[in-house]
Amino acid sequence: MSATASPALHVADLRVAFETPDGLLQAVDGVSFEVAAGRTLGIVGESGSGKTVAAMTAIGLTRGARVRTSGHVLLDGEDLLAASPARLRALRGDALAMVFQDPLSALHPLMRVGDQIAEAVRAHRPGVSKAAARARAVELLEQVALPDAGRRAGAYPHELSGGMRQRVTIAMALANEPRVLIADEPTTALDVTVQKQILALLARLRDELGMAMVLITHDLGVVAEAADEVAVMYAGRIVEQAPAAELFAAPQHPYTWGLLRSMPRLEAPVGAELVPIPGRPPSLIHPPSGCRFHPRCPYARERHREVDPALEPLAGAPSHRVACLLSEAERRAIWEQLAAGASPEDARAAVESAGPVPSAGAAEPPA
Amino acid sequence: MTAADAPPLAAVEQLVKRFPLTRGVMLRRRLGEVPAVDGVTLHVHEGESLGIVGETGSGKSTLARILLNLLEPTSGIVRWRGEDVTHARSAQLAALRRKRQLVFQDPMGSLNPRKTVGAAIADPFAIHGLLPERAERARRVGELLEQVGLEAALANRYPHELSGGMRQRVGIARAIALGPELLVADEPVSALDVSIQAQILTLLRELRRELGLTLVLIAHDLAVVRHMCDRVAVMRHGQLVEVAPVEELYRAPRADYTRELLAAVPRIPGAAPAPPQSSSSSST
Repeated sequence: MSATASPALHVADLRVAFETPDGLLQAVDGVSFEVAAGRTLGIVGESGSGKTVAAMTAIGLTRGARVRTSGHVLLDGEDLLAASPARLRALRGDALAMVFQDPLSALHPLMRVGDQIAEAVRAHRPGVSKAAARARAVELLEQVALPDAGRRAGAYPHELSGGMRQRVTIAMALANEPRVLIADEPTTALDVTVQKQILALLARLRDELGMAMVLITHDLGVVAEAADEVAVMYAGRIVEQAPAAELFAAPQHPYTWGLLRSMPRLEAPVGAELVPIPGRPPSLIHPPSGCRFHPRCPYARERHREVDPALEPLAGAPSHRVACLLSEAERRAIWEQLAAGASPEDARAAVESAGPVPSAGAAEPPA
Repeated sequence: MTAADAPPLAAVEQLVKRFPLTRGVMLRRRLGEVPAVDGVTLHVHEGESLGIVGETGSGKSTLARILLNLLEPTSGIVRWRGEDVTHARSAQLAALRRKRQLVFQDPMGSLNPRKTVGAAIADPFAIHGLLPERAERARRVGELLEQVGLEAALANRYPHELSGGMRQRVGIARAIALGPELLVADEPVSALDVSIQAQILTLLRELRRELGLTLVLIAHDLAVVRHMCDRVAVMRHGQLVEVAPVEELYRAPRADYTRELLAAVPRIPGAAPAPPQSSSSSST
């Protein structure tokens, strides 16, 4: 189905660099993805991975004299990177909407929330009367399940709880029934019980309105719960991409393994140790040579310092792509070891002693 | 776990803290009071790691601040080794501060941006009149930096030159500088990236083992608390909902609210990679 339907959002080879006093900062470095109507793509990464810059660029919020952008961002076939500022303004809040992490700074503090939503409606539908826009605002607040929506439309943002405020910003984003919704850490500032409600709400609205959704988060748990497909970003690139179930069942990239093992989990045995990823994310002004993860990778070989891996599909699973220089057999063997509880060092040793591995140089000790 | 007859290391009894609810900026009118902590009795046993979990506004941070005499309770008693220290002043308070330290959520906000890392860590010595000799103090600062996994040379850097994880390590070095008996960590990793969180949690566990610290961990993340703590207290609306050993609480939660909280945590499908079992998880 999704193979035949043309994607609502198609990002192709997106590159974004910022000129800084210290040099060119390559925040996004060749990112491509597609999202079909009614589907959710989760983009996971740490600070500085480029996940937010990619989204901001898609909606035209990173334009400026010191920004160098290339590639394509196609919204139903129309290239947003080539769109005029006026055209972009017309699309934003209409066909293309965004929900941010902090609802309080996304809302006008001195304006009643119902009026803010009505304004979003009238900005794109000037023919709609004020009264009709206000009625539509209440309807939208009901759609996002804000309790007592009619009365709360007259409330100011500070009078609402964090979860209610996020419902308001979602209602505003939905005002004109967008085809693409980008949600950047929409639940990060919320309590877990509220997070669960908001994720369920977003999924329901996506289905009802047939939106394509991009969910940006640092939390693998959130994507596991809410995304159909997952892209893992590291240092400005997608290092692994797969259907969500596939990614969690058979993760391929050492960075993904690292994230999975460094998270405390409710299902893990009590007393179990975490395995932190050593070091920290690299500079994007002077990124590491070769595989960008090699300085932190416990399985890196000498060759990985020079060769830059491309994002390539697995032999048996074309929808699962990974950018890693280890062979598929090696990755499978290492993940088996890790899943059985081996430390990264033991997993590496076991795999190297068992199978024939390329006779690259000496082991690169992790930082 | 601890000798049955010894008093708990720290305790609060029938603790109540109400904050005034006001309206207006210039002419503040008092409308009433919000109970932040509402009748909490809780003991912290020597050597244990106690987690306090709850959502926004549950009163968990207020409770921690009262426990450390950083905030006066409206009523109730704060004890240290059995002694009533609710209204401790001057010398007694200074002595208590050495034994009880706080690690903050936001390491940037808790470090003076115009002071070097070394000066920040040396502050506690200056305040308490310890290690008056410069060389001796510098040596101790270097030791502390190494103890938290940083290079001693970092003492000459400023906070803005460090990453979030490094700053949190500095915050921890400062907290353990005076050899405290109780460390209270208020959301110590919630501002950090996932890969860095694990480094800091692992450091806190190691330090606890090495220094025999008692830890009170305030967190909203139930998985973090489960990983770090022996016992968990669940708070809601200023009250304790449930207190139980960690295994019991997560296996068979008794309170509806605890069940609700646990059910809301997103689960990751697929095989959880079995991390290596800790060799000495509870040494006492």
